Amino acid sequence: MILVYVDHDRGEIDPISLQAISAATALDPDVQAVIVGHGGKELAGEIAAYGATAIHAGHHVDLFDFTPRAHARAVHSLIEKNSPRAVLAGGTPRGNEVLSHVAALMDAPFASECVSIVLTGADRADIVRARWAGNMLEEAVVVAPVLIASVQAHSFTAVAAAAPLSLTEFEVPLSEGDVLVRVQDRVGSSAGGVGLAEAKVVVSGGRGMDGPDAFSMLEDIAGVLGGAVGCSRVVTSAGWRPHAEQVGQTGTKVAPDLYIACGISGATQHIAGCKSSKTLIAINTDAQAPIMGFADYVVVDNVHTFLPLLIEKLKAANQK
Amino acid sequence: MEIAVCIKRVPLLGSAIVLTPDGMAIDTSKLGFGLSPHEECAVEAAVQLVEANGGSVTLFSMGHVDGEEQIRDQLAIGADRAVLIDTNGVEPDPQAAASALAEAISTEDTTFDLVIMGSESADYGGSQTGIRVAHKLGLPVVTSVKGLKIEGGVATCERAVGSIREVYTVTLPAVITVRDGLNIPRYASVPGRMKARKKSVDIKQVTFDEPRITTKKFTIPDREAKGATSLGSGDEAAAALVDVLKQIGVLT
Repeated sequence: MILVYVDHDRGEIDPISLQAISAATALDPDVQAVIVGHGGKELAGEIAAYGATAIHAGHHVDLFDFTPRAHARAVHSLIEKNSPRAVLAGGTPRGNEVLSHVAALMDAPFASECVSIVLTGADRADIVRARWAGNMLEEAVVVAPVLIASVQAHSFTAVAAAAPLSLTEFEVPLSEGDVLVRVQDRVGSSAGGVGLAEAKVVVSGGRGMDGPDAFSMLEDIAGVLGGAVGCSRVVTSAGWRPHAEQVGQTGTKVAPDLYIACGISGATQHIAGCKSSKTLIAINTDAQAPIMGFADYVVVDNVHTFLPLLIEKLKAANQK
Repeated sequence: MEIAVCIKRVPLLGSAIVLTPDGMAIDTSKLGFGLSPHEECAVEAAVQLVEANGGSVTLFSMGHVDGEEQIRDQLAIGADRAVLIDTNGVEPDPQAAASALAEAISTEDTTFDLVIMGSESADYGGSQTGIRVAHKLGLPVVTSVKGLKIEGGVATCERAVGSIREVYTVTLPAVITVRDGLNIPRYASVPGRMKARKKSVDIKQVTFDEPRITTKKFTIPDREAKGATSLGSGDEAAAALVDVLKQIGVLT
């Protein structure tokens, strides 16, 4: 049996968790899911639709919003009770955090950000995991009777595979130390713009924008396409745009339908943040820039002269 | 306030990674070294806290002895002293790394109020060392922090989840892992660099436990030869690009 930790935010399921369920199903058809906190059990139907044969919904009077160590305690209690061969989660900040706590509680190894998992024996697994945010892959052997691993976002496809709904609720056995660190408040909202991580279209600018002013053109394009503005690290370091807009290894990783890279050369750290985009269009004066090798469509031109032409055509097309 | 900061020396990559012929390491012969941006922010945060509250910043770094150069860079921006754990060329797995760091931190004469680390290393990216160190030290841990205030022995931490920010509070002592964007790390001043030369860097040896995750080899993922379609330039390219947007359905 494979146990999958399913992350959710107040009843909104994390799509990478569904990818983890599909990754688990490939290892063993007996996949069980654990979900914790307010709004979790209501998601059982949605989880079963991806093939989880049993869903364990953990609750406790002290649990509402995300509480990392308590979620780990819930996972750990199920490992002790049901002895899974492996425990998986989505390779997200929360998925990695919960499994790190689980691994620390068990003093067991944790293979994060896997792109491939093969169980080769009772306590051995061959894994391939992402290093440098996916710019390099590590082939490794993990020795552990219970493999703890997270799957890199968008490395596995979530496949619907309906299983009959089997929901069990349980009270998470918590101690005081498990609830010391928990969400106390939530601030800000997506009001006033499309969030970068969720945007279907990201229009991103780099050094070639030559300063903060030219970003108004990217805002225009994002406005027409219903997208968000992003940028490279050079841009935030120079103070042209806020850090929240940075795409890359140390910023936000995005996987939109369309990524338009304007004046971005394509350092490995930037590519790590945008390589999961469905379609990538690069606009750059240098036809040899690394970004051009990752793009589906390239325009070899200067953003300062090209973008005004594009905006004019976009606005005309939009009015039709 | 006594603060420990864990930092790691990593190669500064360009636009492509080149491996050694045996596939067991990155060929760093043509590369410089630095820290992950997360850790530069960790040191900056610690220095700011000590400037405001008094105390001292001790750096802990595990890796090659040549990492003393990157440690001196951080001493130059205001950290007070450092402990360099010499790994003798062995790369520990995250469990072994966390054990060695926790051991080094807990055997210092100083009792630390705060341990700050990056949320994950640039190279390994295990996302777990800070949490493991916290468990070893018996401390609470808040991860991926991009906003930090400390008042009356309580740290208020913010982290981004999608488009909202979650707020956590934790009573010190605690471990906090931080992300790039927490602050803008300062550049070292010339007097800072002069002072850094005289600050103490203790070098310790370490023996790791048997690894539970053993690397077999590294590979560079295939970059699908996408064979990018060139749309040309100028007016003609703008029209072609609008057609592409319609074709993939982002423009109706």
